[in-house]
Amino acid sequence: MEVSWALLANAVIAGLLLGGFYAAMSVGISISFGMLDVVNIAHPAFIILGSYIAYIVNDRFGFDPIVVSVAVSPLFFLLGMVLYRIYYICFERRGQESLRGLAFFFGILFITEVALVLIFGVDYRMVSTRYGDVTWRLGPVDFPMRLVVPFLVAMVMVIGVQLFLTHTFFGRAVLAVAQDQLALRLMGVNPVRVKERAFALSIATAGVAGAFLIVIQPVQPAIGREFIGLVFAVCVLGGMGSIWGTLLGAFVLGLAESFTSTFFGPSWAPAVSFGLLLATLAFRPSGLLGR
Amino acid sequence: MPGNNVRTTLRRALGAVFIGLALTGTALAQQPLKIGFGMSLTGPLAGNGKAALIAMEIWRDDVNAKGGILGRKVEFVYYDDQTSPATVPSIYTKLLDVDKVDLVVSGYGTNVIAPAMPIMMQRNLTFMTLFGLNVNSKFNYDRYFQIMPAGPNPAIGWSQGFFDAAMGMNPKPKTVALVGADAEYPAMALEGAREHAKKTGLKIVYDKTYPPNTVDYSPIVRAIQATNPEVVFVASYPPDSAGMVRAANEVGLKTRMFGGGLVGPQFAALKTQLGPLLNGVVNYEFYVPDVGSRFPFLEQFLAKYQARAVVEKVDPLGFYLPPYAYAMMQVLDQAITGTKGLDQAKLAEYIHKNTFDTYVGKVAFAKNGEWAAPRVMMTQYHGITGNDVEQFKKPGRLTVLSPKEYKTGDLKAPYHENKK
Repeated sequence: MEVSWALLANAVIAGLLLGGFYAAMSVGISISFGMLDVVNIAHPAFIILGSYIAYIVNDRFGFDPIVVSVAVSPLFFLLGMVLYRIYYICFERRGQESLRGLAFFFGILFITEVALVLIFGVDYRMVSTRYGDVTWRLGPVDFPMRLVVPFLVAMVMVIGVQLFLTHTFFGRAVLAVAQDQLALRLMGVNPVRVKERAFALSIATAGVAGAFLIVIQPVQPAIGREFIGLVFAVCVLGGMGSIWGTLLGAFVLGLAESFTSTFFGPSWAPAVSFGLLLATLAFRPSGLLGR
Repeated sequence: MPGNNVRTTLRRALGAVFIGLALTGTALAQQPLKIGFGMSLTGPLAGNGKAALIAMEIWRDDVNAKGGILGRKVEFVYYDDQTSPATVPSIYTKLLDVDKVDLVVSGYGTNVIAPAMPIMMQRNLTFMTLFGLNVNSKFNYDRYFQIMPAGPNPAIGWSQGFFDAAMGMNPKPKTVALVGADAEYPAMALEGAREHAKKTGLKIVYDKTYPPNTVDYSPIVRAIQATNPEVVFVASYPPDSAGMVRAANEVGLKTRMFGGGLVGPQFAALKTQLGPLLNGVVNYEFYVPDVGSRFPFLEQFLAKYQARAVVEKVDPLGFYLPPYAYAMMQVLDQAITGTKGLDQAKLAEYIHKNTFDTYVGKVAFAKNGEWAAPRVMMTQYHGITGNDVEQFKKPGRLTVLSPKEYKTGDLKAPYHENKK
């Protein structure tokens, strides 16, 4: 295939836009798994839950799904607090978080999925937005708004989370709890409360990412399972507990997918993406920006 | 006298035996006729699976209202196959060995029919199947029957109308791009498309597949555009059909003809969600309101189906799978009634030899269990405005390009100039 500058430029733009979306999906895992050691395998289920809430409000009232998701993010935050509290009492406090905790989150994943099937049925759902079918063109380069708008909001969210973690007392407490819980306790901070709110933050980001998902593609209750591998891969590639790493890892995977799809064949895209992950871990086991 | 006592006892014993046999026969006749299957009730194809199940339940209720089959009420025993081929062998083993069903039919789709075939062949069962593309080409099982009207050579018949329409353009196209998902159905459809390309002399300038969980299809469409194909054939499942159609619009794909084997636009969810983005796309359908008068009995079925579909939140139109799911059961019903039993060999022989009257018209099967003649309608969407479902219930949003007996108009090319 002839490689034109237009094709190359479009592959870069498409990869970055996709990477931004992947970053939004994965930033919550970076917090819960990367910093708190909570293997929240149900994270994609909350993304799908966010998609459906965005869908209902968009369908009934016509509000923009991304605006809706930001508005309901406090509810996701509360849900995350409740979920963590249950997880802590039943598993983490008893030292049973590894296997039983994992099973707990698997259960949450399936319960959420089945609940969505029972309430909404199994048909694919999409939202309608004013920008969904709009594409800006800058010469030969396309900027589909369906991907650009989620990208921009995703960047605000991810950078916002990073700034929150590094520039606020609570954010630094979250980083501290990832490093040394005992030291944090000795400083008079309750690590359980910190973890509870950090986990809640991760679920809130999942809710917002759900709106991005349903703007980008149709959604049905079981689709979350397709993203489990991806979100953990982004987190691990970027470096556990590093938000910048998650962003970088997401861009790497997005660009790899876009370039492979454009120039070599889309069926190779997962192999290349995960091959990059393995290669990175072979040479840098802590991930791109992990410590 | 002793001899009289023996005769009396013998008579009583014989009488008891006859009464017992009669009662057993009655009991058997009163036992429900159990039909077992797996069906996609969750997973990517659950929307279709649930719609098919509703249609089959309507058939069951219709049949039971008339007294059942051979005096036996029909009962279904089914499990969710989650649109996962891995679940299928265990489902059918359970149906046969534990639930002891009398008959089995398939779930929906190539992906879940193929893994059931070894079990059917091992146990010599007659197997009515629902929308599997070219499944029997490798198995050559003589008790396999397919209700999808792809014709005796399904891989070819599936895209025949598409390539006929393409080669009907003036001037004839010279190049074609083929793209599809990495899954069973698209693989079969692309196989057929390659055969057509070979037969028609079209040069294949792009021939690739993509993983089904792809998020952004625009790199794929751009790569296709870079090869400047005059015809683009796509074989895809619902989420990727939506992705490809959206990407074609975003990238501004310039080609003379686009579409072919997209699963998804046949039902309400994608028709309404994509709306005007579908204009200009050429795609297969099995029923459209524009030819409604050719299927007079279908309207009464669709009325029943649509009432239930709204309640159960599945495809409210029901044009794609439901009529054929109902027809599949009608064929089975007529075969059981015709052979007056459940003998698998006799059922298979009967289905091979006879033509059946169903809601989708007359159905006859070829030697390989596929339809004796293809009847895939190739259509072009046009005039779709907004996202309202009501516009699709009436004629006027599709032109039927083939087959000849259903044709309502001609292809409007090129695709990128006919997206209205």
